[in-house]
Amino acid sequence: MKKPVSRRIFEAVNVILLTLMTLCAVLPFLNFLAISLSESSAVALGQVGFWPRRVTLQSYAFVLQKLELAQAFGVSVAKVLVGVPLNMLLTLLIAYPLSKSKEEFPARNVYVWFFIVTMIFSGGLVPWFLIISKLGMIDSFWALVIPSAVPVYNVVILVNFFKGIPKGIEEAATIDGATHWQILWRIFVPLSSAALASTILFCVVNHWNSWFEGMMLMNRPSKYPLQTYLQTFVVGRNTQLMSSEAMRNVGIVSERTARAAQMFVATVPVLMIYPFMQKYFTTGVTLGGVKE
Amino acid sequence: MVRPHNMLTHKQKRNLPLHLMIIPGALVILIFSYGPMMGLVMVFQKFSAGKGFFRSPFVGLENFRYVFSYPGIWQVLSNTLLISSLKIIGSIVFPVLVALLLNELSGRRFKRVVQTAIYFPHFLSWIILGGLMIDILSPSEGLINGIIGAVGGTPVYFLGDKNWFPYTMVITELWKEVGYGTIVYMAALTAIDPTLYEAAAIDGAGHWKQMRHVTLPSLMPTILLMAMLSLGAILNAGGTLSAAGSSGFEQIFNLYSPQVYETGDVLDTLVFRLGLGGTKYSVAATIGFLKSIVSGTMMVLGYWIAKKVAHYEII
Repeated sequence: MKKPVSRRIFEAVNVILLTLMTLCAVLPFLNFLAISLSESSAVALGQVGFWPRRVTLQSYAFVLQKLELAQAFGVSVAKVLVGVPLNMLLTLLIAYPLSKSKEEFPARNVYVWFFIVTMIFSGGLVPWFLIISKLGMIDSFWALVIPSAVPVYNVVILVNFFKGIPKGIEEAATIDGATHWQILWRIFVPLSSAALASTILFCVVNHWNSWFEGMMLMNRPSKYPLQTYLQTFVVGRNTQLMSSEAMRNVGIVSERTARAAQMFVATVPVLMIYPFMQKYFTTGVTLGGVKE
Repeated sequence: MVRPHNMLTHKQKRNLPLHLMIIPGALVILIFSYGPMMGLVMVFQKFSAGKGFFRSPFVGLENFRYVFSYPGIWQVLSNTLLISSLKIIGSIVFPVLVALLLNELSGRRFKRVVQTAIYFPHFLSWIILGGLMIDILSPSEGLINGIIGAVGGTPVYFLGDKNWFPYTMVITELWKEVGYGTIVYMAALTAIDPTLYEAAAIDGAGHWKQMRHVTLPSLMPTILLMAMLSLGAILNAGGTLSAAGSSGFEQIFNLYSPQVYETGDVLDTLVFRLGLGGTKYSVAATIGFLKSIVSGTMMVLGYWIAKKVAHYEII
């Protein structure tokens, strides 16, 4: 069947609109990337659009030789490597019992409320800070992983997923003498790979992106995670970035090109996991937000 | 026949590991979520760091009086409400529109490319995107003003002009989140029963009529649900309530400056400056407390409506 003209016009307009949206999303990054790869003299003259001019890696060389950046990168990597497994362990251990029905596990609803209340009401910033500092966690690496160790939203995602696992599987295992511990690790976990992948990815992104804890709870810049480092020295317009040693690079590296380069250094890990994420985050979003 | 109380003890024994599993996570929540709630006792105190929660003097409702007579508090509240409501409306309307457009695409590859591009900004922090925005929105050398200049317009100081600032926050938030926001609607679209379209086509409905009478009504429960769930974010100056919490703070904190405080200061940034930038701990905690009460009420209301109308249950 031939499509009517109006439909063909609509399809063309649709493709144009969505192409524009795609460009809107991509072009700012291309511009920023081009700036980080160009000589600063070309950038200052306004010659750099979406393609680098007088290509140089000097800005990257300059930021990568900065000890603070490497240190902060290391703290962030450690935060992900320690924080995410901790998130997942605690999330699984909470989600499994909460996925039981009230008949099986009468205390369930009490626990559900205990966790849900924290999504609705919070003590706020000031008491949060005071409690953590009273516990002596200021400047401790653990302050970056323990207070945020239970992502309640992810618990919700996993509970909803676990509830969808057919009861019969669990009943059969119980009859065969399996304990709750065994059912969780040998049955539920292997059956939930899609939901687990999406929650792991949420945790990785959260840990990688968080900066506020670092700013509030770390006094010494050597303890900053990467995003906190970038916040203080790049976005916070602290001009310590360009010290005298950099001035030898005048015309090649400027504050602006160095800033762009630092941002891309911090974006690379997200870019690297993004292709894997795409497959899974839809699962997480739909389980956390909308159910049938 | 097993006697009831035997069954019960057996069940309790079998359930013991379930309690043990919850304990570690519950402890973390108890200390770091309920702890600060207990710490809210300070809203009735004149808190000083040296004396702590136990020895700071009680001052009754003094902090509340101070907050309500604080110069500019109503301005900050209205800034917050303006930014929040525009973000909430935008983060529902645009994702629905974009999801509908994506749904009409016939080419799978093109669709995939569009989705890959528009989801991406969601995964970057406001530190990275703040750096990006400061650069491309710069009035003298930024990309956007370069384009405005090329078509003959006058440069706009998006981040430094107090009339522009709130709208810059809304637009940049939507730029970051609209793509990702389409996911829930895309999921809802794939769940529509295809026989509905077939029936509509037999009745002579074209694409437009199908969209109006099949697609849009099928999306309504999801749209309503997202709207209700956003209610809790009304004082966050953020769009929808995300896992990360108050994105409004992260964005505004990284992009504002004293020259735009008049229109750009929101409750969370004020709390931050008073309590942690300054030393007005109790006042800052009081604003946070009032905010949490209102947000909590809105959230419960939102969930309640969502449950009544869309039969939504969170867990």
